[in-house]
Amino acid sequence: MEWLVFGPLAAVALATAVSVIVLRNPIYCALSLVGTFFALSGLYLLLQAQFIAVVQVIVYAGAIMVLFLFVIMLLDVGHEPPPWLRQDTPRLVLGIGLVTLLLLELAVAIGSWVSHGIRGSYTSDLVNAVGNTQLVGRLLFTDFLIPFEITSFILLIAIVGAMVLAKR
Amino acid sequence: MTGTVPLNAYLILSAALFAIGVIGVLIRRNALIIFMAIELMLNAVNLSFVAFSRFLASMDGQIIVFFVMAVAAAEVALGLAIIIALYRNKESVDVDEINLLRG
Repeated sequence: MEWLVFGPLAAVALATAVSVIVLRNPIYCALSLVGTFFALSGLYLLLQAQFIAVVQVIVYAGAIMVLFLFVIMLLDVGHEPPPWLRQDTPRLVLGIGLVTLLLLELAVAIGSWVSHGIRGSYTSDLVNAVGNTQLVGRLLFTDFLIPFEITSFILLIAIVGAMVLAKR
Repeated sequence: MTGTVPLNAYLILSAALFAIGVIGVLIRRNALIIFMAIELMLNAVNLSFVAFSRFLASMDGQIIVFFVMAVAAAEVALGLAIIIALYRNKESVDVDEINLLRG
């Protein structure tokens, strides 16, 4: 039953991810990336991470992609010729070769690996009884309070930095 | 093909998405699309984190994904500001033409 959800979502994620890097028009690339984000959000729901799934749609598909589309339209970026029509095969061959090697290595590592990590106490039943969002919120404001506060500082620095860079 | 999806399926999907992101960074020349490929890699890693969090019955993975998203938002804001600044100087976002630091 879970495979019926996982299969299509994984297929959509992979297909849209490939179209992000092969399409010529940057607007289409951005829209494909939105598709990837939605598929991943569905996978997070399947993994019982409801809070992360919703944040994924709001932050990535909402905020970050709007920023991307805004910049693409602002800069009026032209169509880039696709890499295979550019007579720069060395780069293409080197890139795809290296990545194939990386992927093979990862596949071997994942295939030969058995999980024996220490299991935590947040079992599926507990998460369903208390609620995913409540648990994430409680952890954020207890065990992870200092990283949480540092995150707000990072965002403040990013706001100031973006304004300084854009004003020049 | 019944029952629950194993952890390895999620890890393989995550590895594939990460590899697609790496290919995108290596073969494209438009800085904006390179940036999108970087976002793709971040999302692939997030998927691994959430999958581990589920299968090891731990909440830490989801918390870390939350922080990754916050840092990614900051990174996008700064990166796009840098791209706009580059476009003002060079009238282009082609990374092959960006060589200001070449000695």
